[in-house]
Amino acid sequence: MALFDYAPAPENRDIANLKAHYRPFIGGEFVDGNGEPLKTINPANGEVLAEVSTVDGSDIDRAVQAARTAYEKTWRRMPGSERAKYLFRLARLIQERARELAVLETLDNGKPIKESRDVDIPTAAAHFFYHAGWADKLSYAGYGPDPQPLGVAGQVIPWNFPLLMLAWKIAPALACGNTVVLKPAETTPLTALVFGELCQQAGLPPGVVNIVPGAGDVGAALVGHAGVDKVAFTGSTEVGKIIQRQLAGTGKKMTMELGGKAANIVFDDAPLDQAVEGIVNGIFFNQGHVCCAGSRLLVQESIADELLEKLRYRVSTLRLGDPLDKNTDVGAINSAEQLAKIRDLVASGEAEGAERWTSPCPLPEKGFFFAPTVFSGVQASMRIAREEIFGPVLSVLTFRTPQEAVTKANNTPYGLSAGIWTEKGSRILWMTSQLRAGVVWANTFNRFDPTAPFGGYQESGFGREGGRAGLEAYLDV
Amino acid sequence: MSDTRLAVAKTYKLYIGGKFPRSESGRSYPVNDTRGRFLANVAHASRKDVRDAVVAARKAFPGWSGATAYNRGQVLFRVAEVMEGRREQFVADVRAAEGVQQRRAETLVDAAIDRWVYYAGWTDKLSAVLGAANPVAGPYFSFTVPEPTGVVGVFAPQKSSLLGLVSVLAPVLATGCTAVVVTSADRPLPAVTLAEVLATSDVPGGVVNLLTGRAEELAPWLASHADVNALDLTGVEPSARGELARTAADTVKRLVRVPDQEPDWIATPGLERLRPYLEDKTVWHPMGV
Repeated sequence: MALFDYAPAPENRDIANLKAHYRPFIGGEFVDGNGEPLKTINPANGEVLAEVSTVDGSDIDRAVQAARTAYEKTWRRMPGSERAKYLFRLARLIQERARELAVLETLDNGKPIKESRDVDIPTAAAHFFYHAGWADKLSYAGYGPDPQPLGVAGQVIPWNFPLLMLAWKIAPALACGNTVVLKPAETTPLTALVFGELCQQAGLPPGVVNIVPGAGDVGAALVGHAGVDKVAFTGSTEVGKIIQRQLAGTGKKMTMELGGKAANIVFDDAPLDQAVEGIVNGIFFNQGHVCCAGSRLLVQESIADELLEKLRYRVSTLRLGDPLDKNTDVGAINSAEQLAKIRDLVASGEAEGAERWTSPCPLPEKGFFFAPTVFSGVQASMRIAREEIFGPVLSVLTFRTPQEAVTKANNTPYGLSAGIWTEKGSRILWMTSQLRAGVVWANTFNRFDPTAPFGGYQESGFGREGGRAGLEAYLDV
Repeated sequence: MSDTRLAVAKTYKLYIGGKFPRSESGRSYPVNDTRGRFLANVAHASRKDVRDAVVAARKAFPGWSGATAYNRGQVLFRVAEVMEGRREQFVADVRAAEGVQQRRAETLVDAAIDRWVYYAGWTDKLSAVLGAANPVAGPYFSFTVPEPTGVVGVFAPQKSSLLGLVSVLAPVLATGCTAVVVTSADRPLPAVTLAEVLATSDVPGGVVNLLTGRAEELAPWLASHADVNALDLTGVEPSARGELARTAADTVKRLVRVPDQEPDWIATPGLERLRPYLEDKTVWHPMGV
């Protein structure tokens, strides 16, 4: 029973300053790319937002050359204290244009405005701010007295946190003295191209940052380019493996931030209401388009029924709909392709005998939406327990002992993140020592901070982003 | 505007608890430029002003030390931004105070601004560089984190009126400590301008307290004050430092190691002015099902 009806509270889409055309950013200028233009759409209603000029091989050559020239002539020679001030400027510019960027991100991605406004954009600014401070302190980072940059970094980012992933890639690269060529995701190129404007406003030397929109073929050409010294990829494990194979034997330094199938483990002594909030945040944040999403809920058997009842009630109160509405909890699925993948995996869950419960929330008529869904009675062999769904779908399994929870949690080729819910501190710390995952949250979930390294074990990738550890990815060490 | 317009002369006052009071003693003293020309009368801080400043610094400590490192970094960066906007005023102040040429004054002011930026970048990295997860030989999770020590008494350099002052003050703030600063006695005007910057830079009142006055007069009171946790005796005559250090021992104050000769402050510092203001805290917690 809903206690209150929410009046619509839409953010003004004009704030996004949407333009009809966007162009690649190469050598400090916006230029026409020679690739096939793409139309980027608003996944919440299917409308075309803008046409984006994409790059081809010759444009990538130019971008890599621009980055090389900037690296050799200015960026690597510049004192760290001066590089730092450029990064501080970029942080401030993101803060200054935060509202515009948030609305644009929500239009292009489909995520709720309260997430782009309160998480994506401020955290992106924080990433630049944090890494700015490292630029003249690299000798304190633990990699020797005078660590050197690698050169030109080729970076490919996903569509789930467009500007934030850009910040995770570009800020440490620049702080360490590298220059970059970055390819944003095909379906979410807009904030990355506005970031090109920020680079101009910051007076960043031309070529230090280059943004090359396009599809997967552009990414493949970029990471395979002979002029690229370092490759950083965030995306699916499937594509990560292709890139790792493609670069095998070249000696190029790589970082891979890939998929996950995180276990969120709830013990019988956990504060249940708090745990329910954490579970909801863990899987429905950003429509579940999160590589570290808590997509496998492991509940101690004795509290499973009680927890599921609370969870279903809470999920039924989530407000799904217009991402620009400030009350919206669950926005649009980013693309038709992703929606089809989610539907396929959900169908497999039903076919394999799991019990499906889906929130009775109404779905908008237009756009790509999927109602929050919880599967119970899930077995470890089912696809919905093994494969990354990357959508608002939770698979619930049960356990009896802590050791069983560890065994089940680690029963995956992935290893990006995990969650633990218990009042017992000693158990939290024992569990963290047993879990094969790069990030473990205890009595919280989906916390991100530029000071805290993030990355995976096993097939969730290698290398870390953020913190002192994240600098290694961009240093010749 | 006619050529005969008379400029409005500023009254230079203390900066305590976010306000600009005169000295409670009512005293002032004249400050001249390096050629002996009168610049201004400044407040001559007293023992009571020192005590008021310590109270203000202590009161501000929970808020400042409890702010996130990210927040403190942004505030210190804001100081640099606001200083940059007043660059010409600082250049004029430094020229008058130190008798240096325009180019040299610009170099000193730019270095002072950049020093805030440098320390702004340290706030959220100290734990990663100085802290540790301790691999203890037992089923315990043990870690060590640096925490700010408290209120720091700072005697700013006597010669370098701005860059030296910033170089001794900014690290105190970067650690999360609060400061009571006695400025250069004969060159205090850039410090008062800096106080005006601090007052408009989101630095909470009381985090920095600036007293213009005589180090030799005020030093015994800061050195013996039980609510001061650390001392920087840079601006005190080397011959007086031993006695002050002995006084400070009564309350086990942390003392910064300072050279006898004042450096030119241009060189980029390391951790030497951060570590003295940090306490290492080690935490133990058992691990087990």
